[in-house]
Amino acid sequence: MTEFIQQVFNGLSLGSIYALIALGYTMIYGILRFINFAHGDVFMIGAFSGYYLGILFAFATVSGIASIGMALLIMLGAMIVTGALGFTIEKLVYKPLRKSPKLTILITAIGVSLFLEYGGQLVFGADPKSFPSLLENKPLINLSGAVIGSNPVVVLLTAGILMVGLRLIVMKTKIGTAMRAVSYNPTAASLMGININAVISFTFIIGSSLAGAAGILYGLNYPSIDPLMGILPGLKAFVAAVLGGIGNIPGAALGGMIIGLLETFVTGYISPTYRDAIAFGILILILLFKPTGLLGKKEIEKV
Amino acid sequence: MRNLFFSMIALTAIAIFTISGCNKGGGDEILIGEYGSLTGPNATFGISSTNGLKLAVEELNNAGGLLNKKVKLITYDDQGKPSEAQTVVQRLIKNDNVVAVIGEVASSNSKAGAPICQQNKIPMITPASTNPEVTAIGDYIFRVCFIDPFQATVVSKFILNTLKLKKVALLKDVKNAYSTGLADFFEKEFKNMGGEIVEVQSFSAGDKDFKAQLTSIKAKNPEAIFIPAYYTDVNLISIQAREIGLTVPLIGSDGWESEKLTEGKAKDALEGCYFSTHVSTENPDPKIQEFIKKYKAKYNAMPDAMAFLAYDAGLILFEAMKKAGTTDPEKVKNELAKIKDFSGVTGKISINEQRNAIKPAVILEIKGGQFKFKETVQP
Repeated sequence: MTEFIQQVFNGLSLGSIYALIALGYTMIYGILRFINFAHGDVFMIGAFSGYYLGILFAFATVSGIASIGMALLIMLGAMIVTGALGFTIEKLVYKPLRKSPKLTILITAIGVSLFLEYGGQLVFGADPKSFPSLLENKPLINLSGAVIGSNPVVVLLTAGILMVGLRLIVMKTKIGTAMRAVSYNPTAASLMGININAVISFTFIIGSSLAGAAGILYGLNYPSIDPLMGILPGLKAFVAAVLGGIGNIPGAALGGMIIGLLETFVTGYISPTYRDAIAFGILILILLFKPTGLLGKKEIEKV
Repeated sequence: MRNLFFSMIALTAIAIFTISGCNKGGGDEILIGEYGSLTGPNATFGISSTNGLKLAVEELNNAGGLLNKKVKLITYDDQGKPSEAQTVVQRLIKNDNVVAVIGEVASSNSKAGAPICQQNKIPMITPASTNPEVTAIGDYIFRVCFIDPFQATVVSKFILNTLKLKKVALLKDVKNAYSTGLADFFEKEFKNMGGEIVEVQSFSAGDKDFKAQLTSIKAKNPEAIFIPAYYTDVNLISIQAREIGLTVPLIGSDGWESEKLTEGKAKDALEGCYFSTHVSTENPDPKIQEFIKKYKAKYNAMPDAMAFLAYDAGLILFEAMKKAGTTDPEKVKNELAKIKDFSGVTGKISINEQRNAIKPAVILEIKGGQFKFKETVQP
């Protein structure tokens, strides 16, 4: 039982990171109907921003409450960097191609992804870096032997707060309403006076900054980062987004959690060799039996 | 115009062939190739071994060279990948025409490079690959370190007799020939000596999340965990083990040997843990201390076991060439096989029939991020 509780917790904290990355995939898909395969690498840039900001602020060694403030500041910094990166990628690369066939944009996205990965190797070096310990990890809860540290709790809480924040932006604000309108029908939305370019830019900024936050949370939990670290989490988050129903925001969060839990259980109780096979097996099953995902709605193609 | 274009291509082609042809004879230089992981997750392996080898070459050249020629070292980076190792070894032999190859540290990469050396009949010396299958590839493949069945015995004895622990869990890297090999030898040896393996878990090199495996291990209440793996993974494993409240000592092998092992939070996580390796820098032996002094003067860093071993690999290669009186690969190979009681910085080196060196191992204890000498185990 102790083991089970611990595994559930391991899975949730891994899943919350997948969920944050999956949100970016799903939002961009919702607006533009295309998969931004560079998203996993934006997540990597987020982790590296945190790494360099951590070194920059290392002179101010703080503890206790102040270290939480410092960690928040670094996370905010990484979110700004990745938000700006997402904005730039969209403006420079995707916008000129908006009228091109979907396949062109998809392949361009893979190109951007490779550019970030190998450009990252050139700039940051190919060796793994040790992510600075922004927060001291204290054993928080001890449930008859199942030790739950403070960092996984921080990861879970931060991810939760960010997701609720995103929900509020999308449902309650003017720009959120505009996003939903563009997602529903871009032509009609633009006829109603919605600035489509602004909405797309905003979506990229929000989606990418969430990936940046996920990068920091990942570094906090698994403090070894390298320029190729975004590939696998990026793919897993994509599976999570498809599992939840691509284009559906709560679906992405749910999908991320399911993938995180499943991976942990497969590794812990079956064999780590099958871990990735199961994540991608789910993708195939979902595409075969419920292509709209768990929470996705069937879309009717209008001719 | 078209003719001019073609003749230009032809001229360039001729020029390229002549230039590459120039390397062939070697002229007044003896070309020795080296391959190692200078970048990637195991970068310190390659960097340390190259530094050690460069020191050996430099000293030799300063002392007048070998067979009245200077030795030139050509080093290529294989990024720690077996496929790259094959490519660069091919390049060393075919394009650069080296007369001998030194490398690699990681057994998986040595196993990728060795068949190419064997096919081309070029002697290869691995400084630190401990998997027995490496030298079994052929009669041109040698090593200057001990092999894993011995290392497994050393670790088993240490856990049972010195630490007096009996219930051990095993965590191995399934993508790594060194790790799976050593884990298997250990499992057999430890059981033979009366120990109990309570759980075997695995991961793949490059994984970042080990909590699921560690939680399963924790459920079996082992008294220690043996992790034959490379330092980058061990660094993360140790941090996560402590995070889920697994406080037993972690025991490792020579793949832990890197200053990056204790980077970041792992410094506290690995406090009081042990690993077996080839040499201790605390050994007062004048040869070891002199090497440390020279290495520090040149690189401004402490050498690790890979640097010591690569230096020795260089020394026995030069010794074999001196005895052969030529760089002819076949004669050098025959002389390498005859090396007996050669005094290197890691101790006396004797090559046995399986082309392995028989040497003692040391156990180091991690204290405050430093590696402290614990005990020596004789073969």
